[in-house]
This record gives sequence, structure tokens and C-alpha cells, in this order.
Amino acid sequence: MSRRGRDEDPDRLYTLTRGRSRASATFDLVTLVVSESEPVPGMQSEHRRILRLCRYPTAVVELAADLGLPVTIVRIMLSDLLDQGLISARHPRTSAGRADGLPDSQLLEQVLVGLRNL
Amino acid sequence: MDSATSDRPAVRSHLGSQASNGLKIVIVGGFGVGKTTMVRSVSDIRPLNTEEIMTRAGQEVDDLTGVTGKTSTTVAFDFGRISLNEKTVLYLFGAPGQERFWFLWDRLFSGTLGAVVLVDTRRLQDSWYAIDRLEHHGTPFVVARNDFGGPAHTHEQIRDALDLPADVPMIDCDARSRASSKSVLIELVTHLYRLSTAREGARAGAPGAVG
Repeated sequence: MSRRGRDEDPDRLYTLTRGRSRASATFDLVTLVVSESEPVPGMQSEHRRILRLCRYPTAVVELAADLGLPVTIVRIMLSDLLDQGLISARHPRTSAGRADGLPDSQLLEQVLVGLRNL
Repeated sequence: MDSATSDRPAVRSHLGSQASNGLKIVIVGGFGVGKTTMVRSVSDIRPLNTEEIMTRAGQEVDDLTGVTGKTSTTVAFDFGRISLNEKTVLYLFGAPGQERFWFLWDRLFSGTLGAVVLVDTRRLQDSWYAIDRLEHHGTPFVVARNDFGGPAHTHEQIRDALDLPADVPMIDCDARSRASSKSVLIELVTHLYRLSTAREGARAGAPGAVG
């Protein structure tokens, strides 16, 4: 897999993000992305790839690894796709709005059950 | 990636269509301490590698403005994945422990459940900075001693060397072993559970929850 981003001409990164330098939506590394549409002709090739990869829920960080692009670039492309209604995003839910930032104990119980069953 | 020893298929399995909640645990430690080994031993998939663009100042990175200049750098990190149930997926991130990567951890730690500090008793000082940073962020963590067959130290000695608070759990492990790495994760989540229920109990004024 080529490691794009590191040695690549920054102009190329701008082309990928269509000149955008900032994501309009917030995507966590583990936000799960799901396609809401099949790729159509004329779409940017990376966008087509994302839509194919996300036929099943796929985390932002997995997409970045699959596309060989830095997470930042993928976030910007995802927010474009989200704005167009081509994907949906399932954001992480850990604390149910707790002020102390600790995860919800019910969630942790589920995690423990899952780990013990490994 | 050392794929020769892996029994996992080359093509990565996809998550179920009901998967809706991605969780994060960070494994941090010095170079060569076994972070990727631990990720590999418990992950459902072969560890993947990706990278993030960081400005040298450690600024927010959702912004490409700095990418064209000399102010940005990229940092690579490994991660793996464990499906816990049909809805919940746990991602494990291996983060380099050197001080110069602090901005990557700040990024990774945001929203993480907690962290495992993996230590090699021959190089305990490699963990000092990571522990400082976790405490600064208020990110709960456990310390796992990866067994490299070095001289035996008691947990007391390690706690002293790391200046570790008494309430931070410590566990011995072999990062190559799935069962052992799994126990480390269970130790961390049990610790989180205790912290979380203690706070919930304190809020509800339940007896016995103080402390």
C-alpha cells in the first residue's frame, strides 16, 4: 500500500478534499460510517471507494488505513459525503452526558461481558 | 506486520450491519515494549496502520491550512479491533510513548475509555512521560508489566519508580498471549467500572459509595 500524504505533493491533498481545508462535521477516529448510496459515475474515485468500503459500518480510522490517506484528509472527504446525504455517521456513545467524562457503568458492563467471552 | 504468524484471513471481515458504537482503548508505552504485539494478540483483525497529520505546535488537526508549510508532520500508529457484541466495537490503539508524540496522545485520548501503560522494567523511565500525560488528562489507566525475563522487581518497587498512586492497578502480562492481553483489558475495564459506579453511587447518595 502506498503511503500517501507523507511524501505527496500537498496540492494533491487539496485536490482530494476539493480545496477544503477543514471538515464541517466532527468525526471521531471510531465514528462508524455507513453508505446511504451506491457510487455513481462521475464521482471522485476516493468518494466511490469510501461508498464501497462503507456498505457495512466502517470506522474512520479503518477507512484511512484502507485508503492509505491521513485521517485528517479522510475526515474532510467524509464531511463532504455527509453533507450530500451519501453516508450516515454513527458516533461513539460512552458517557451519556456525564460531567465527569467517565464511561457509563452499564456500557462498561457490556464491554466486560464482551471481553470475557473472547 | 508479522502476518506469517497470523491465522487471520488476508481479507478483513466486515462489521455487522447493526454495529453502531465504536469505543477506544489506548495502549501506550516506550519503543519496543510490545504495544503492537498486544494489539495483535487480542484483535479480531490483523493490526492496521494509519497516520494522522499534526502541526508541529500540536494544534488541532482538522485543518489542512498548515499542511502546505513546514509546520506539519505525520505520525503513524497501529490499531486493532474487537467486536464485543452486535452493536459495540472496541478499537485498540497502540501509541508511541516518546514525549515528542504527546499531541498524538491528546488526540487519541479524547473520548477514550481508558489506557493501558505497557512497561518494560528494564526501561521504566520510558513510561514516565506517558503517565504524567494521562494523569494530566484525567484518563484512567492501569499499568501492565510485559515480561521480558529481566530481573524480578516487586510491584512495590515498580510503583515507587513510577511514582504510581496506590489506586492504579498493576498487572503482569505477556503481550504475545491472547489470554494474558485479554486479562489486561479486563483489569482496565474493571477499574473503569469501579470508578464509574463509585461516582454514580456518590451522586445518588448511596451508602458505601464514598471513598
